[in-house]
Amino acid sequence: MINKSLKQLGAMLQAKEISSVELTQEYLNRIDRLNPEINAFITLDKDKTLAQAKNADAMLAAGKASAMTGLPIAQKDIFVAKGWRTTCGSKMLETFIGPYDADIIERFDSVGAVNLGKTNMDEFAMGSSNETSYFGKVQNPWDRSRVPGGSSGGSAAAVAARLCAAATGTDTGGSIRQPASLCGLSGLKPTYGLASRFGMIAFASSLDQSGPMAKSCEDMALMMNVITGFDKRDSTSLNREKEDYTRDLNKPLAGLKVGLPKEYFAEGLGADVATVVQEAIAEYKKLGAEIVDISLPNTMLSIPVYYVLAPAEASSNLSRFDGVRYGHRAKEYGDLMDMYCKSRAEGFGAEVKRRILIGTYVLSAGYYDAYYLKAQQIRRLIAQDFENAFKKCDIIMGPTAPSTAFKAGEKADDPVSMYLQDIYTIAVNLAGLPGMSIPAGFAQSADGKKLPVGLQIIGNYFDEARMLNAGHAYQQVTDWHIQMPEGIE
Amino acid sequence: MEWEVVIGLETHTQLQTKTKIFSGASTEFGSEPNTQACVVSLALPGVLPVLNREAVKCAIKFGLAVNAEIAARSVFARKNYFYPDLPKGYQISQYELPVVGKGSMKIQVGTGDKAYEKVINITRAHLEEDAGKSVHGAQEGMSGIDLNRAGTPLLEIVTEPDMRSAAEAVAYAKKLHDLVQWIGICDGNMQEGSFRCDVNVSVRPKGSDKLGTRREIKNLNSFKFMQQAIEYETQWQIETLEDGGTIQQATVLFNPDSGETRAMRSKEEANDYRYFPDPDLLPLAISENDINTVKTEMPELPEAMKARFEAQYGLAHYDANALTSSRATADYFVATVDTDCDAKLAANWVMGSVSAKLNADDKEISESPISPSALASLIKRIQDGTISNNAAKQVFEAMWAGEGDADSIIESKGLKQVSDTGAIEAIVDEVLAANAAMVEEFKAGKEKAFNALVGQAMKASKGKANPAQVNEILKKKLGA
Repeated sequence: MINKSLKQLGAMLQAKEISSVELTQEYLNRIDRLNPEINAFITLDKDKTLAQAKNADAMLAAGKASAMTGLPIAQKDIFVAKGWRTTCGSKMLETFIGPYDADIIERFDSVGAVNLGKTNMDEFAMGSSNETSYFGKVQNPWDRSRVPGGSSGGSAAAVAARLCAAATGTDTGGSIRQPASLCGLSGLKPTYGLASRFGMIAFASSLDQSGPMAKSCEDMALMMNVITGFDKRDSTSLNREKEDYTRDLNKPLAGLKVGLPKEYFAEGLGADVATVVQEAIAEYKKLGAEIVDISLPNTMLSIPVYYVLAPAEASSNLSRFDGVRYGHRAKEYGDLMDMYCKSRAEGFGAEVKRRILIGTYVLSAGYYDAYYLKAQQIRRLIAQDFENAFKKCDIIMGPTAPSTAFKAGEKADDPVSMYLQDIYTIAVNLAGLPGMSIPAGFAQSADGKKLPVGLQIIGNYFDEARMLNAGHAYQQVTDWHIQMPEGIE
Repeated sequence: MEWEVVIGLETHTQLQTKTKIFSGASTEFGSEPNTQACVVSLALPGVLPVLNREAVKCAIKFGLAVNAEIAARSVFARKNYFYPDLPKGYQISQYELPVVGKGSMKIQVGTGDKAYEKVINITRAHLEEDAGKSVHGAQEGMSGIDLNRAGTPLLEIVTEPDMRSAAEAVAYAKKLHDLVQWIGICDGNMQEGSFRCDVNVSVRPKGSDKLGTRREIKNLNSFKFMQQAIEYETQWQIETLEDGGTIQQATVLFNPDSGETRAMRSKEEANDYRYFPDPDLLPLAISENDINTVKTEMPELPEAMKARFEAQYGLAHYDANALTSSRATADYFVATVDTDCDAKLAANWVMGSVSAKLNADDKEISESPISPSALASLIKRIQDGTISNNAAKQVFEAMWAGEGDADSIIESKGLKQVSDTGAIEAIVDEVLAANAAMVEEFKAGKEKAFNALVGQAMKASKGKANPAQVNEILKKKLGA
């Protein structure tokens, strides 16, 4: 049962073959057994979770259920949830209890989904390995000595280890797609503005977007139906008509023009990853897709641009964590300045501090034009690259990450090599486009472990239904997405 | 050497919206600390700002009132600094692209012969949020934070360095104070901090076109203090320069007790605010349509009303100016003349007795115990000759004291003027008979004797005789 999709589990709930309480308990038991090692969850609250499950069973019994009712979903600990500890992976918020619900939490609540727990993540979503979390590293279920990716590493590991059927993530520069790739699951970052950011603790406001992490594209489509929609509490939320993301799942792919950016297959891409991705593209050809060569010439600039803009916004977004109203406050301090300095020095980890410093620097008088303003200009060029590309193709495909999961500690002291993990994903955030990663096969590690490889699918604005269609068609003819790591039974 | 002072103002006006600029929390003044601090005011993790369009409307109103450019696209920016009463660690303001651009305002400086008009150029006006308040001393060894005010909408109005004296600066500030209340965007309450001025002061040798180094006097919340602060600061700068010193750019505070200004921080210690566009808010777009909608809601502006008073009612420039000094005064005057009473008489009463009484009682015109229509009915009794001007003053006093309306007071006090020619002739005859000596004096050419006889006749009538008629009849009888 643990390998069943949301869709299948939903059908079982509707048919009363299982209750939400039973299903939820099954996952809670698995979490009890496996989470002490994998460490995918930061906070569990079984009473709250089971109460929600009970409530869902009542909805099911009353015939008031919808597709998601009774399904346990793990929530990334970046979303504020009322009554739930919400840490954002930081000591700064170690004891912070959410006093209100994020939009995404409300949406899952309103359809009767069950909040299974809050998943581990890189501190304030800053990281690509989940190693910056104050609450400890997360193991990659495919090889416990390796990282799950990040920042949504807890959500990815939880789905991969079948500790939940699906989870939410957030993606500022690849934080859904890269861990999905490294853990062998499907993850989607929607078009900027489709999902409300209200209640999602901000990292870089102009890039942050929440999205689903699940086993299959079909499950992601169901979750997208919940997650997206206008929210007047977020000024960047787009006021568009609600879409049904399942509508095009079964469309034939014949004639679909798939663009392959030459920059995504150049130096820096691991040979093992390249092989798997090329095989996946061959599969798409068989499905009737037409392959087109394209170029995204400013790809290499996306990392420097991102590491100016994201820290700039973050340095300001994280100013509210000052120890005055909530969050960590140093025990002993002299004056006000001392309280600020000690509270923030103690409350933030090294990577967060590094980004606050970078961000503060690039916004400083005298540097603003050379860094922030220049980066904004290049950001527009990067968006133009995609605009030009989509004149030649319908969707873009390539690798999600340059490598498979790496060993814990391997890149922890080398921020630049860590930042390069997001070389293929960041441009999508800069352009505000939707991006997705789906399992495309496996590479072998030196010690013979199967390591998942993700195929990235980038769509034009609001083209999520088409991307899910492409992913679903592939998942009908492959089984990568339903393969399970060993040792999680 | 002769010196010239150069002054520019930055004024924070609190906008009269029901809710805060980026959240739905109430803006009411004086509530228990932190009872108006919603999740956005508290800057909890994950919350986001949503612009209150009412605040934008206020900014458009101001832009229209000072003939300014209203930006089709303006941008909210974050001003980053740490302070306990600034919950997000940044203030949302506008920096490079403000909502209101260049405009101007005409001010009147001085009174009497020395009065003159001057145009003050407005550089810009931008929307921003207010901070909360630090409360010191309520708890031993600790400071409290009250975030009720955090997020209250402000319009910061910045002038060019166009003022050349404390009097001009105060005249501008007062005029602006009147204007923002006139157009209904600010309650003008200076004690509650609804209208606060920062004044930039520099001096230079007269005739020089180079600006001196300025010092900024922060947070002046009374016109009296503003006058004192500028005068002190000007003198201090001149003395410093004459003593061979130099002026350092600085922020200073005015101490009303000592009457002195003192530097708070120098420019070297100034914050680098690291402004950048707020990614949580879209650029603010204002369409022609938005502006036209606000136009239809704009009251007639003081300058237009002044011109109309002169043209329509034949009022003197000075009178028209005085009557449009505040919206409340103008409204009162308009309501009075709207009842068809004589406008010049109405103007005299409003600026004379009404204003004197209000001053004496320390009341606003909106609190006047005599309503415009009540005043108009009194004026009509003067116009139709029912009462004399002197009697009208008595009636006015009684009305002010709440003794009733004009007609009932005239009746009860027996102040009705005698206009019956026969009755007046009889009184005049009596007076002439009883004052033969005065009559002789008059005939001998002493003009003054005529006035004395009028006075006697008025006295004999107990003040009720129509003085014009008395005059006329006396003249006839004396063959004058």
